[in-house]
Amino acid sequence: MNSSTELIMQGVVLTCLQTEKFKTGCLSINLLTPLSRETASKNALIPMVLCRGTATLPDMAAISSRLDSLYGARLKPVVRKKGEIQVIGLYADFADDAFIPEKSSILEHISELMGEMLLMPKTRGGLFIKEYVESEREKLLELIRGRINDKRAYSMQRLFELMCAMEDYSTDKLGSESETESITANELTRHYREILSVSPIEVFYCGSAEPKRVKAAVKAALASLPRCEEEADLGTDIRMNSLEETPRYFEDEMQVTQGKLAIGFRLGECMDEPNSAAIRVFNAVFGGSVTSKLFMNVREKLTLCYFASSLIDLHKGILAVSSGIEFDKYDAALSEIFSQLEAVKKGEISDYELSAAKSFVASDYRTIEDSPGALEDFYLNQVLIGPECSPSELAALAEVITVEEVVKIAKGVECDAIYFLRGTTEEDS
Amino acid sequence: MQKEYFKNIDETLISEVLPNGLTINIIPKPQFSKSYAMFATNYGGADRRFKLAGNWIDTPAGVAHFLEHKMFDMPDGNALNVLSSRGASPNAFTSSGITAYHFESTSLFDENLRTLLSFVSTPYFTAESVQKEQGIIGQEIKMVEDNPGYVVYYNLLKCLYASNPVRDTVAGTVKSIAEITHETLYHCHKVFYNPSNMTLSVVGNVDPEKVIEAARELLPSAPGEVPERDYGEKDAETPHQSVQKASMEVSAPQFLFGSRLVPESRGTSRLRQMLVGEIALRAVFGSSSPFYTRLYAEGLINSSFEYELDYTAGTAMLVAGGESRNVDGVMNELKDEIARISSEGLNKTLFENAKKAHFGSLLRVLGSFSTMSQAMADGAFADYRPLDAFEEIKNIELADVQNFITQNLTTEKLALSVVSPLER
Repeated sequence: MNSSTELIMQGVVLTCLQTEKFKTGCLSINLLTPLSRETASKNALIPMVLCRGTATLPDMAAISSRLDSLYGARLKPVVRKKGEIQVIGLYADFADDAFIPEKSSILEHISELMGEMLLMPKTRGGLFIKEYVESEREKLLELIRGRINDKRAYSMQRLFELMCAMEDYSTDKLGSESETESITANELTRHYREILSVSPIEVFYCGSAEPKRVKAAVKAALASLPRCEEEADLGTDIRMNSLEETPRYFEDEMQVTQGKLAIGFRLGECMDEPNSAAIRVFNAVFGGSVTSKLFMNVREKLTLCYFASSLIDLHKGILAVSSGIEFDKYDAALSEIFSQLEAVKKGEISDYELSAAKSFVASDYRTIEDSPGALEDFYLNQVLIGPECSPSELAALAEVITVEEVVKIAKGVECDAIYFLRGTTEEDS
Repeated sequence: MQKEYFKNIDETLISEVLPNGLTINIIPKPQFSKSYAMFATNYGGADRRFKLAGNWIDTPAGVAHFLEHKMFDMPDGNALNVLSSRGASPNAFTSSGITAYHFESTSLFDENLRTLLSFVSTPYFTAESVQKEQGIIGQEIKMVEDNPGYVVYYNLLKCLYASNPVRDTVAGTVKSIAEITHETLYHCHKVFYNPSNMTLSVVGNVDPEKVIEAARELLPSAPGEVPERDYGEKDAETPHQSVQKASMEVSAPQFLFGSRLVPESRGTSRLRQMLVGEIALRAVFGSSSPFYTRLYAEGLINSSFEYELDYTAGTAMLVAGGESRNVDGVMNELKDEIARISSEGLNKTLFENAKKAHFGSLLRVLGSFSTMSQAMADGAFADYRPLDAFEEIKNIELADVQNFITQNLTTEKLALSVVSPLER
């Protein structure tokens, strides 16, 4: 697999991964914007509106039927939260030219279509079509309101919202209901023109085409991209310590049969010069894998819950534990989770636990190279937070992490907030 | 060992049936880091009543799923830990029709495969471990009760089927799993986990000969009896009940409608029915269809709208649904659309595009080792090869798809399930 990165226009970077191992390739165009309460919903709405119609393909039926005719190419709006950077754009995956019955150049067709969607949306009087904006605004509201449908994800989102209330990180990638409700076509068009000219753009391709061919296709597609001298101010503010002496406690009540516990931590000192392979191994030892302490002790040994696991956000320096428990197991589960973290801090890590965690992380990295979608996200993360290594190089680094490194990371971890989604008290379900 | 090269998609399929009846299918992928193996038994949540040596035997709901949880226990430890400690990602699932154990790994594949074959073929249960698992599964059952997707799905099945056990949740109930003992587990393992009732699928960077060798060496050499199953009285052609409604903590009504097909149970006719059905569903409900684009623009549905064709435990059905503030409106539009297709016929361009798009989605599946392995397992139990789809799809005609639509999407064949927000 050959990777190459090149600045192809002002503020536009193209990363190409040339490989013949996949039957389908991918192309994404991403605008990097600062995550903030005021603009998150507008940003999220833009790619959704762009997918509704272009100057030559005026509605969804026309766009979708074009995609179908390109052997079921898929093109979707994407919104991602990477620390305090909101990444919005378009992601396409499509059959490789070699495997379709009639020989064609799907890459060129797709990049042309993506360029047109991004730069020549369907407009009336220079503004986005009012019906499209209003319809997508309703859809965005449905998505935002629909977050309570998945109680586990919802509890994690509420944790971050409450724990990081003073930070831009508290904003969800889709923004909020109140910000969304007031968006008009006029305002959205203005915002679109602004971010289009100031946002750094990352383009990613993975497939069998040569970088030269990809560059030509993308440059042609983005030829009319407006660029201004001033670029958006991007970055994530990493908080090292908990806000208060003892963890803050938050809760919500809902009519559910199982409680959801979410605990947030600041990774602390290790974020000074983050070693991502080592932090991932720490997480795999503590709660990020099926051989982790949380899985083995909270779930398996004590049968306290159906799941207990941890995740990390390296962009923001956060560790979070998520667990599904019976309401009356709250105290027992909480104290078991904390005592497992203490064990890691004290270096109570068996050879088995460490080697399993290292193998888990190494395998996780290697698997990235087997999927175009995973590679795309990996290289986007690399642009934002580094390090400049391939997944297999990181896998090799993970394999030599020591207990001391894991303990050192654990010692810097501080609990900042606890969130509990409990059942309604008056009703016994 | 049979080896076949599929030139159109540049893939090779290695197949073998061992003397003990085990079917093995392997797709080597030498350029990849990872490999994936799935060892599956043709035994799922719906297989509760079966005939063995002439006698009918009844078992409680949830045994197949319970077994899945307990199979990882070995006399000398836990297979999940053994595989995980080598960096593999093992897991398992139980559907109404099958139970499958699988792992993905980027190193030590041969060792991992040996562990997989050994633990699935070695039952080891104790009264204590069974009792402990009742607590864990009890939590799992409660957790899914809070999942609106799960509730809307099973309520639809309860509409479509009056007696077939696919209508009951695979995990059973807290009450039914309380009846399960370690003897029940030993017995059902003996009956359903014999090589004649199982299949092994492998996709990845592997040496096929070593895969076959491991299976030959580690599994019992004698074939077993494939038990006959009883899925209850034959259900009528039309749904048992037309609508089922529930209320939960959701933001907006979640709906799912569906209809039962008369399944082609085996072979190429089954593969063909799947292709026709999938193209038909895409033509009616896909993102470029008149139905989808109109309802999306009108705000009746959003991008959560999905559809699928599902074969399990001798049944076949089509389901579609998503989220809508006006479910009745969606159902009325559907009725009109099917009437329109019946009278005007299906648009030719729409059909051609749906066929092309489905070809693309089949190609996409080749990149997902887990989906491909499961497709080969399903194929092994129903006697067809998923890789033949790339040729077979060329034979699908507009009339096939049109017939499928007018036969299976009529009002009298459809049932509807809705989960609405709680009244405040």
